[in-house]
Amino acid sequence: MANSAVEIGISHAPHEVETSFEIGKLGMWVFLAGETMLFGGLMCVFVLEWIYHGGWGADGAHVNWPLGAINTFVLFTSSLTAALAQGAARVHDSARAKRYLSAAALLGVLFLIIKAFEYAGDYHEGFTPLAALFWSFYYLMTGLHVLHLLGGIVVMFGLALMVNPRTPASWLERKLKYICLYWYFVETVWILLFALVYLAPAAG
Amino acid sequence: MAETTLEAAHSSEAHEKMGFWRAYLFSVDHKVIGKQYLFLGLFMGFVGVFLSYVFRWQLAWPGSSVPLWGKVTAPQYYEVVTMHGTIMVFFVAMPVLLGAFGNFLIPLMVGARDMAFPRLNMASFWTIFVGSVLLLISFFVPGGGSHAGWTNYVPLSDASKYLPGNYWGGNLWLIALAIDFASVLMGGINFLTTAIAMRAPGMTIWRMPLLVWQELVASVLFMLSVGPLIAGVVMLLCDRMVGTGFFLPEKGADPLLWQHLFWFFGHPEVYVVAMPGLGIVQEILPVFSRKPIFGYRMIVWAVIVAGILSFTVWAHHMFVSGMNPVLAEPFSVTTIAISIPFAVMLFAMIATLWRGQITFSTPMLFALGALANFILGGVTGIPLGTNASDIYLHDTYFVIAHFHNTLVPTAIIAGFGGIYYWFPKMFGRMMNETLGKIHFIFTWVGFNMVFIPLFLIGIGGGQRRIYMSSVYTYYKPLQPLHVIATIGLLIIIAGQIPFLINFFMSMFRGAKAPANPWNATTLEWATDSPPPHENFHTIPTVVRGPYDYSLPGMQQDWAPQAASVQAGAAQG
Repeated sequence: MANSAVEIGISHAPHEVETSFEIGKLGMWVFLAGETMLFGGLMCVFVLEWIYHGGWGADGAHVNWPLGAINTFVLFTSSLTAALAQGAARVHDSARAKRYLSAAALLGVLFLIIKAFEYAGDYHEGFTPLAALFWSFYYLMTGLHVLHLLGGIVVMFGLALMVNPRTPASWLERKLKYICLYWYFVETVWILLFALVYLAPAAG
Repeated sequence: MAETTLEAAHSSEAHEKMGFWRAYLFSVDHKVIGKQYLFLGLFMGFVGVFLSYVFRWQLAWPGSSVPLWGKVTAPQYYEVVTMHGTIMVFFVAMPVLLGAFGNFLIPLMVGARDMAFPRLNMASFWTIFVGSVLLLISFFVPGGGSHAGWTNYVPLSDASKYLPGNYWGGNLWLIALAIDFASVLMGGINFLTTAIAMRAPGMTIWRMPLLVWQELVASVLFMLSVGPLIAGVVMLLCDRMVGTGFFLPEKGADPLLWQHLFWFFGHPEVYVVAMPGLGIVQEILPVFSRKPIFGYRMIVWAVIVAGILSFTVWAHHMFVSGMNPVLAEPFSVTTIAISIPFAVMLFAMIATLWRGQITFSTPMLFALGALANFILGGVTGIPLGTNASDIYLHDTYFVIAHFHNTLVPTAIIAGFGGIYYWFPKMFGRMMNETLGKIHFIFTWVGFNMVFIPLFLIGIGGGQRRIYMSSVYTYYKPLQPLHVIATIGLLIIIAGQIPFLINFFMSMFRGAKAPANPWNATTLEWATDSPPPHENFHTIPTVVRGPYDYSLPGMQQDWAPQAASVQAGAAQG
């Protein structure tokens, strides 16, 4: 198929129209809207079953909320470093942005390590996914969150590896905008999960 | 996320030298991906129709040997019924209406060079391809495909003790569905981003063709409704494979939860399929009536209102499920309310025909057939949406007939209309009109011969999901109607032979199509047939709305949206 568009030498910018939308960012928001319904649906189901059950009782009381609280702090810090990376990219300091981005990803890894200890502890105390409906939900919801976190960490490390002194600052800024948007979403999900799956059941 | 893929996809030098694999199989071109979706959907459609042939034969002549299949056993009956529904809704209607038409037409209609994220688009196709393969594989695992019905209600579908031997069939069903959802989600991200952010200059939202609007609203509905069901599918997989009890009453859970999750998605899903189908009809009607569409903005608002309301109606599928009967009243009210925007749309479409110069070309015939049957489907939805009458009609063939009268006109009949209408743009050749009309008559007459008897069977109390109706005395008087319906299906199947001949012969031997064979106004007709690699030689500037036909004081009876085409046509 002859590409006559090339012959007449027209511009190949994908969006030649002056719409005020940035397509990468818009695509990410649309994706997050779908994700919101995924986690939102799960949380609604969790609350509905909670009401149906008349509380989680002794099952919920055993949830390890101190470790959850520490993890909340870790994830907050990770988001802070991600925001600092964005700030560094904005003033065209790629090296600093790279350091902050790596820190954010490493804090994500720390979260996973703490989470692994928490899972192991619960498991050894007999709170397996099959122990009770509460624990099925607990593993499903936090597990789904861990998967999201894992994806974010891989992309953040990948992006950090791609940054070198010749990296165009605007490119890095744009990429950081997309991944950080995702990262803040995953953190927001965690805050809701922490309240819903740790604090409220632990309080009875 | 996919910014680099965009840059890579649009470096056209790379495209010039790509081989067969990149050009046709792993293409990132939205037009090629759209055609891949079309072929996948057509193939799965023929599988789905074959399954319906198996169970309809069994329904008409219970216990007899079905040609090409043999005697139908009870598990086989439930397998083919389940797989027919699943394939037709999730692997035919969605790939054809969203995947094929959405992919092919959205960038062309809004004046973009490609989708926003071309590689994501390619991934979307290959994801649904894997899902389709898994679903087809499930026929051949021990125990066969899922027997649990296309709605897969728990606890029947939950624990293997209820459906012994159907372990892998049920698991593969869930996995294939989750993959299908992931694929359509990827497509939806592309549709929304492309139509919102990549429109040509002058293409304001109020100049977008109605099909683009409907694909947009359908994508939003899908993205906002499928999340809870994805969660539900994962939970059900955990129940089946790990041994949790998210839906099992003996483990303290509420089995109605699955029905809520399924229908919270399932009802918007009906509109996800219906809206693009209606969009196709709304594209075809003005062109072959040579009139502007009646009430463009009113239709758009009706679509948006219907989309919002579609999230509030799901429990009308559950009136007899044992949920709190108090809830049935509000859901009846919302269900009746949602018929208002659809009535607005249908009246607007009928008013478009009023005093138009109608040409009964093949696309127009399919559009009119779809319109007529969609009205029948809509009207019969009212007794089902009303709590009191639904209690009688629930799970009878009336539901089947209603459902098929909404989805077949939009997904299949309008889909065929769309194929005939956009075939010149897709393949650069015209289809044969005579074969097309034969195809229409067989399909439409056959379709009504199947489903009008099914309405009567349902009113007569004929229950669905009955394998051997001959063992029930109350079913005896209804049996002749089943025979008529099955003969109708055989007519439909016979009618697809001219279609297949026409489709493949025209693709290679058809007359060369001009850029704008129908004298239509929208942007896809402002470029070559088939469009060049990046759709437009120069991105057109849009100067008017999409349906300017028969404007007073003009030499020709159509005014293209694109400025350049208009200038060229004025000289000729």
